[in-house]
Amino acid sequence: MDGAGDIREAVFQAHGLTKVYRMGEVEIHALRGVDLALYAGELLVMLGASGSGKSTLLNIMGGLDAATAGELRYLDQDLSRASDRELTRFRRDHVGFVFQFYNMIPSLTARENVAIVTEIARNPMRPEEALELVGLADRMDHFPSQLSGGEQQRVAIARAVAKRPAVLMCDEPTGALDSKTGVRVLQVIEHINEELGTTTVVITHNEVIGQMADRVIRLKDGRVDEEHRNDQRADPADLNW
Amino acid sequence: MAVIPTLHRKLIRDLAGMKGQIAAIAVVIAAGVMTLILSVTSLDSIRLSKERFYADYQFADLFATLTRAPDTLAARLRGVEGINLVETRVVAPVRLEVPDYADPVRGHVLSIPDGRQPLLNRLYLAAGSLPESGRPDQVVVSQPFAEAHGLDLGDELRVIIRGRYERLRISGVALSPEFVYQVAPTDLLPDYERYAVMWMNRRALGNAFGMDGAFNSVVASVQAGADQRDVIDRIDRLLAPYGGIGAHDREDVMSHRMLIEEIGQLEVMSIVLPAIFMGVSAFLLSVLMGRIVTTQRQQIAVIKAFGYSDGDLAGHYALLTGMIVAVGVALGLVFGAWAGDALAALYAEYFRFPETITRMQGRVVALAVLVSAGAAGLGTFRAVYSAVRLPPAEAMRPPAPAEFRQGWFDRSLAGRWLAQTTRMILRNLSRHPVKASLTVAGIALSGALLLLGHYQFGAVRHLVELQYRDVMKMDVHVTFVEPTSARVLSEIRALPGVHHVEGYRNVPVRLANGHLSERTAISGLPSQPQLRGLIDSEFRSVSLPPDGLYLTRYLAEELGLGLGDRVEVEVLEGQRRQLELALAGVIDEPLGLSGYMQVDALNALVREGPAVSGAWLLIDSARRDELFDRLWEASRVAGIGLISEAEDGLREYMDDTVLVMMAILLTLAGSITFALVYNNARIAFAERSRELATLRVLGFSRGQVGWVLAGEIALLTLLAIPLGWLLGTGFAWLLSLAFQMDMLRIPFHITHQSYAFAAAGVIVASTLSLVLIVRRLVTLDMVSALKNIE
Repeated sequence: MDGAGDIREAVFQAHGLTKVYRMGEVEIHALRGVDLALYAGELLVMLGASGSGKSTLLNIMGGLDAATAGELRYLDQDLSRASDRELTRFRRDHVGFVFQFYNMIPSLTARENVAIVTEIARNPMRPEEALELVGLADRMDHFPSQLSGGEQQRVAIARAVAKRPAVLMCDEPTGALDSKTGVRVLQVIEHINEELGTTTVVITHNEVIGQMADRVIRLKDGRVDEEHRNDQRADPADLNW
Repeated sequence: MAVIPTLHRKLIRDLAGMKGQIAAIAVVIAAGVMTLILSVTSLDSIRLSKERFYADYQFADLFATLTRAPDTLAARLRGVEGINLVETRVVAPVRLEVPDYADPVRGHVLSIPDGRQPLLNRLYLAAGSLPESGRPDQVVVSQPFAEAHGLDLGDELRVIIRGRYERLRISGVALSPEFVYQVAPTDLLPDYERYAVMWMNRRALGNAFGMDGAFNSVVASVQAGADQRDVIDRIDRLLAPYGGIGAHDREDVMSHRMLIEEIGQLEVMSIVLPAIFMGVSAFLLSVLMGRIVTTQRQQIAVIKAFGYSDGDLAGHYALLTGMIVAVGVALGLVFGAWAGDALAALYAEYFRFPETITRMQGRVVALAVLVSAGAAGLGTFRAVYSAVRLPPAEAMRPPAPAEFRQGWFDRSLAGRWLAQTTRMILRNLSRHPVKASLTVAGIALSGALLLLGHYQFGAVRHLVELQYRDVMKMDVHVTFVEPTSARVLSEIRALPGVHHVEGYRNVPVRLANGHLSERTAISGLPSQPQLRGLIDSEFRSVSLPPDGLYLTRYLAEELGLGLGDRVEVEVLEGQRRQLELALAGVIDEPLGLSGYMQVDALNALVREGPAVSGAWLLIDSARRDELFDRLWEASRVAGIGLISEAEDGLREYMDDTVLVMMAILLTLAGSITFALVYNNARIAFAERSRELATLRVLGFSRGQVGWVLAGEIALLTLLAIPLGWLLGTGFAWLLSLAFQMDMLRIPFHITHQSYAFAAAGVIVASTLSLVLIVRRLVTLDMVSALKNIE
């Protein structure tokens, strides 16, 4: 499945990833054997309807969840056999998450919401620096209740990148925002990808967002259904939905 | 089958989902109900039993002791203005021998009119009958004494009255309103094996005791509306020529006083403890209901959108509270009834009534239900009110992110260095200052209860230590029938097994300072007593000056006397001299009230040669039985007290009652802390599971996330401990004030161990509930917590 002629290093490599949930009496096959590679510095958009398994895949790659079967490697680390302690370590050191509902800590200011990560990271940037990156230098001492949704999401991005993660994982980052604010958030994500060279995965059900990616993967019923590479990444400012 | 309305199904499922929290609150309510029922029922029982016994058996109002007066004086006593009934009688101190029992037994025999019940202090016959008229060999014994020795009707006792053996046969077993609390005059606690109360025909006892045609004790009842003080004065004037040492009312009857003091303690307990528990449960319920309502905002909106009225919803949540209260009250009733029986049994051991009337009154149950429902209603009202007031559309929306502000600690220098997790803890606490302070107050209260319990135990133990290590250093205490020449001491010293003897003189007096007066005795001691310690407030030994009066500190304070003040002394025996003495110093002893002087000075005061009222002995315990046999034969010996037995009795009593009370207190205090901490942590966990899951996602370990939860509790607990110490010290001080009585004074002496115990108890209960909560962190589902908005 490797992109033709791509000589860049594969950061993540997944083979035959399978995930089966039990919901009460019903077995749900969320992933049915996914093969996927993720290359350093690329911006990957994963498309799919709800229930296609894209969030499950992201959660497993981010070390939030474990696969039922299959293999997952991050560089030379075998994540599919990692303990809970190792997964925590992995998340702390290498992964930045951005969620649909921001997941701010309401009792901490914007700066402190970032600091909570930089305090435990190995080689973080200063919280102020991260917030400048997302254009919130003037809102640093505001509490989440004093920030708009878009601003909260940008704090979340700052929090995710402040640790200089190997990969930034964004689960429906614009899902709770109007299109104008959403575009602003996407610009920030692109900016991070460009400036810091952070490998970035964005999952969404919004087809339009695919245009800003290096590569687009479409999931359907727990399998990779389609993959294509954009010749030219679109500027998020030109996106419209 | 009746269909359960769906709203009620929801109620049942909600309840099922909060089992742990509900159980914790129910236990606190139960504890409140239990203490309420326990104290009110015991109080009611003792009061009722006492009232009925006193009324049915004609407990006298006034009591007087004299040396000897002819029977003809009885008619003049009856004529005293204000007196209703008079009974003259003979009271004789005796020694007795009980078959198969080696230790000396002391006792008193009281006369009753030949063959019939006295007019006052009538006997309740538990078995048998009164001595038949004209029979000199029959005796009625008190029930606890008979039980302690397994005595039956017809059994024979050898009683030594005035040095002469009498063989007496038991005709009946009885209780008297005068001896509900049956204790030897010098003791504090009943010793049913070694102290007996008996009743004989007047003529028989008169003959045996040398009181033929005379009496040495008077009991009387007072006409309604008469002033007891005036009546006492008239009686005293009448009896003075006959060696009367002053009449007194019921207050100076040991049994009655103990009853009154017990009732007073129960009255305090029936208000304070239930109030604490009900307050805590109201607080817990309000927090829990507030939480339920917040999480169910959207459900409430949907239910209202369906067309349920505010009243339906209010009823729904009121019912939820009601169910919790019902569980708590039911538990409290069961435990209260059970513990009530246990406590009644404990009381029955010390207070002997013909029938102990216990009634689980509907009144008390209704009161318990009312009080707990009131407390719960108070706590729940706000939450329910805000729930039903919410317009459906608003309730459908998720609540806005909680608002926070920077606190004082952010601006402080140290604040800059706080870790973000610690900052979260501090902000969460400062956002709910009322809730946080109430929680601290609640935990502090339980710490205070623990401290109080331990203090009580430690103080009583300290008192016993003090009394038997520093004050009563003798092995045996011998009292004589009347003051005796000091030569008797060398006779005793010559007896087998006696190592050391010290004599003392006891003179009954009335001390007065202005309108304040107190009946007591002055003890005359050797200048350097070896066997009877006098101590000051630092527990140091005090030696008496050649002249000048020392008083127990409490007595000096009661009389309003300072050092050097003059005190009027009325000697109540012999020539009944009236004189004035200066207060030379005070003695800090935990038990009893007395005055102290050097024996020579005292004898000079009463214009007598060297005389002694009793002696203290150090003995060789191996030769004890031999010594006692010889002492028994001495005609002047009225009683022999074994100090070590008294100490054992006191320690046994402590083990029985104080430990039980402490265990109860421990359980109650533990349940408060546990319920508070557990509920707090559960709610914090539920409210913030999303926040905690986010931290996990960001790479925090379980331990670090646990800290956010545990740190809050730990901080509250740490704040609560010093407050608990403060409160507990206050409680202990109040308790020691409440226990400043004539008979004993509990020293206000809190040890480091008590403080440590209170802190440890609180920490253990907190830790336990934290462990239960932190276990939940393991099951925290990061993925689903992130998906749901709330």
